[in-house]
Amino acid sequence: MEARYLAIPSMGVSAPPIQPSPPDILKESGQREVFCGLTSIVWLHRRMPDAFFLVVGSRTCAHLIQSAAGVMIFAEPRFGTAILGERDLAGLADANEELDRLVKDLLERRPEIRTLFLVGSCPSEVIKLDLAKAAERLNTQLIGRVRVLNYSGSGIETTFTQGEDNALLAMLPLLPSSDEEQLLIVGTLADAVEDRFRLIFERLGITTVRSLPPRRSTDLPPVGKGTRVLLAQPFLSATARALQHRGATLLSAPYPFGVEGSRDWIAAAATAFGVPGDRFNAVLDPLVERGRRALEPHREVLAGKRLFLLPDSQMEIPLARFLSRECGMELVEVGTPYLDRQLMAADLALLPPDTQLSEGQDVDLQLERVRASRPDLVLCGLGLANPLEAEGIATKWSIELVFSPIHGCDQAGELAELFARPLRRRALLQLS
Amino acid sequence: MELTLWTYEGPPHVGAMRIATSMEGVHYVLHAPQGDTYADLLFTMIERRGLRPPVTYTTFQARDLGGDTAELVQRSIRQAVERFQPEALLVGESCTAELIQDQPGALAAGMNLGVPMVNLELPAYSKKENWGAAETFYQLVRTLLKSQLPAPGTPKPSPSRWRDEGRRPRVNLLGPSLLGFRCRDDVLEITRLLAEHGIDVAVVAPLGARPADLMRIPTADANVCLYPEVAGPVCSWLERSFGTPVVRTVPIGIGATAAFLRELHGVLDLALPAELQELEGQPSEAERRSRLPWYSKSVDSTYLTGKRVFIFADATHAIAAARIASKELGFQVVGLGSYSREQAREVRAAAAELGLEALITDDYLVVEKAMGEAAAELVLGTQMERHSAKRLGLPCAVISAPLHVQDVPARYSPQMGWEGANVIFDSWVHPLMMGLEEHLIGMFRHDFEFVDGHRSHLGDGAPTAAGAGEPEAAPAAAVPAAAPAPAPGTTTAAAAVREALESLWTADGEAELAKIPFFVRGKVRKNTEAFALERGLERIDAEALYDAKAHFSR
Repeated sequence: MEARYLAIPSMGVSAPPIQPSPPDILKESGQREVFCGLTSIVWLHRRMPDAFFLVVGSRTCAHLIQSAAGVMIFAEPRFGTAILGERDLAGLADANEELDRLVKDLLERRPEIRTLFLVGSCPSEVIKLDLAKAAERLNTQLIGRVRVLNYSGSGIETTFTQGEDNALLAMLPLLPSSDEEQLLIVGTLADAVEDRFRLIFERLGITTVRSLPPRRSTDLPPVGKGTRVLLAQPFLSATARALQHRGATLLSAPYPFGVEGSRDWIAAAATAFGVPGDRFNAVLDPLVERGRRALEPHREVLAGKRLFLLPDSQMEIPLARFLSRECGMELVEVGTPYLDRQLMAADLALLPPDTQLSEGQDVDLQLERVRASRPDLVLCGLGLANPLEAEGIATKWSIELVFSPIHGCDQAGELAELFARPLRRRALLQLS
Repeated sequence: MELTLWTYEGPPHVGAMRIATSMEGVHYVLHAPQGDTYADLLFTMIERRGLRPPVTYTTFQARDLGGDTAELVQRSIRQAVERFQPEALLVGESCTAELIQDQPGALAAGMNLGVPMVNLELPAYSKKENWGAAETFYQLVRTLLKSQLPAPGTPKPSPSRWRDEGRRPRVNLLGPSLLGFRCRDDVLEITRLLAEHGIDVAVVAPLGARPADLMRIPTADANVCLYPEVAGPVCSWLERSFGTPVVRTVPIGIGATAAFLRELHGVLDLALPAELQELEGQPSEAERRSRLPWYSKSVDSTYLTGKRVFIFADATHAIAAARIASKELGFQVVGLGSYSREQAREVRAAAAELGLEALITDDYLVVEKAMGEAAAELVLGTQMERHSAKRLGLPCAVISAPLHVQDVPARYSPQMGWEGANVIFDSWVHPLMMGLEEHLIGMFRHDFEFVDGHRSHLGDGAPTAAGAGEPEAAPAAAVPAAAPAPAPGTTTAAAAVREALESLWTADGEAELAKIPFFVRGKVRKNTEAFALERGLERIDAEALYDAKAHFSR
């Protein structure tokens, strides 16, 4: 590994071209302990402060979002739920009228909103409330003031992070076409992290760098033959394919978690834009060196520890790659809600060859495997964390990973720290 | 269709989960799509439960809808019964499954499961969490007691049968549940209180009960309806079907605790002990077991007199708070409301007694507005009112669900009984500035050492502009690292009004205003402006300020 960071010719991705024989995948279908796609509103609304996310759903949807997000801290959040009542179920015509009325009231109250996302839910899908039509109708009424888009965040169609995939997909038709050469970073990043990446790309001489989603919902990047796409998040399958349909080239790279992943991710862009190897190394080497220094104290805690990742955010495979290769953790099982081999190719190739992958979930069976294997740390959702801790198994909540800035060489230390903290804490506590 | 940014109550199936999770030996199979499992975190995070809620979700997906979801339901039920071997099974559906109409309860009924099964029908599009909890508790008790139902015409058991049977009287404590406010400690406190009066507790339910315990409910001489939101319907049914009398006074506050004990003694035909005898204008001997009466009478509490208090909570806690605030602490209740529509009548009656109109709503923005308009000095509410109060710069104590992890304290802190009154005195009075301290600040505020902005132990000054995020206290889940302040809503119109009002102030008016202590200055400014508007004044000078002060003085 040492050599790879330093040698000039190895600027490209670290993945060997031929993947070792893929490990057997355990496929399970049973009770899934995951959030639905509505949850991604929690970070999407922060990314685009001029957008409002209106879920058309039930009280359960509203309760889910407020339980997953710190809704109470806002004077008025930029997301809400149009709760369907019995009357709406009785007649869809009324439901459409009701929705129009409610949107009108909402926009009068929030004149600063530029983009309104109508977000479909399980009940709205089941009663076949046509939100695409509703968006079209509202768009005509609100032309020039607010753009209305729609997508589904329903649990019957999406898990947790897939909501962002659908939201971005809904924005795609609005992207202007242009064959201009540009690097397009796709997937929500924390603003500070995005600024760092832009600075690095600028130093590499990649000048036109744009982001989807943008910071302002109306600042949409163009797309076309000159667009090279780097995915910042591993859960954007549909968006990636749609961008390719618009002529964009999808760059294959591991996801930018950890020093190695971030370096390879940046390298994929550098290769695509013909950045000279010495320039790349001149820019990246100090970052890599610094990132590894920051990792070191956490590696000491994590190395040799056994990790079990339960399926949740779709970030499990890249995180497992980071934690095994850069932090020395042993992987007991790497669960993922669904496996998109194309999007995960580079990360899969870097996993130890004997890694046990699992796709889907039967939570009771999976917890039995957790208990039987007695891992040192389990990555899991909030519903499972305290019960596992009560059984004496250390856990790391997965939801924190979608809220915290964890991308890039400069964040590698912080990312490792998130996993080391539960172990450090256990070592600190002297409770019999 | 109704726009909801935040809701006090979850859907009714979350109420059912509260009953299942509160109990032992009960399992709940919930026909629900993937995502509905979020509700587990309410219990594992807010209540810090070390066990997963006993709930099996079918977590169906779109691809299942094309096939046989009924088969999925049956498989889930079978596996759950096999794996968890429950003593009673609840079967129901969440909002989406209700639309598919698989009727999981009917499917379960045809499966010969060998355990008592309750088919829960909880209409998700018209009902909410507390209703769901009450209905589930009622249906479960009804199912389990079916075989014990007395034949029609059977005479009611005498509430004093304990005497004939040569035992101590015993009662059930019904209603305490997880995610209820301080239920764990209330049960302990009331159990102790009853023991002091020679009364045993037969069954506590749902909290900590097994199905077999529910089957012992009819052995009690009376039912104590501790939390009407959850136990109201079941208590009424037990009264109708088994003739068991119900004690409905909720023992929160010293007056209510004494009234509760008197009611209980009456119902059980127990002689009222001397210490519970009502004395003219004095707390009874028993009430002095709480420190509240003396603390409230002691001179430091003088400053509590007439403090303007705004109350919004579930019905039980709102009504109790209004009584304590007005009668036991000498506050002035300036607003009383609840999100519990099922108990709206009782809240309205309590408000009318105080000359107020009750606010019955589940829109927290309406509550926040009312709070501001009432010019409250202390807010008693839910976690949401705590946040609203913080935005308005008002001290607040939390008195009711919905809960935050903070509301499940490690220490013993009941709301009910004598100790509950002590806890209430402390937790309501501590957010206020202490009496002597407030007095001293008033006296010395012109001294050069006095730093304007001194907020005592009230913490940091509250933001004056609406819309500031405060990332320090998100509820259950993760705290966004840096929540951006959301753009304020209707600021443009409001700003124009603000500007117009500000232009009314003359230099000497402003100067006089500056002399007023900072912690009431905002309110004086607001009152004076309201007064000026009402009188159509063109300027606000020092005289206008004092006119307004006289107008608003109480």
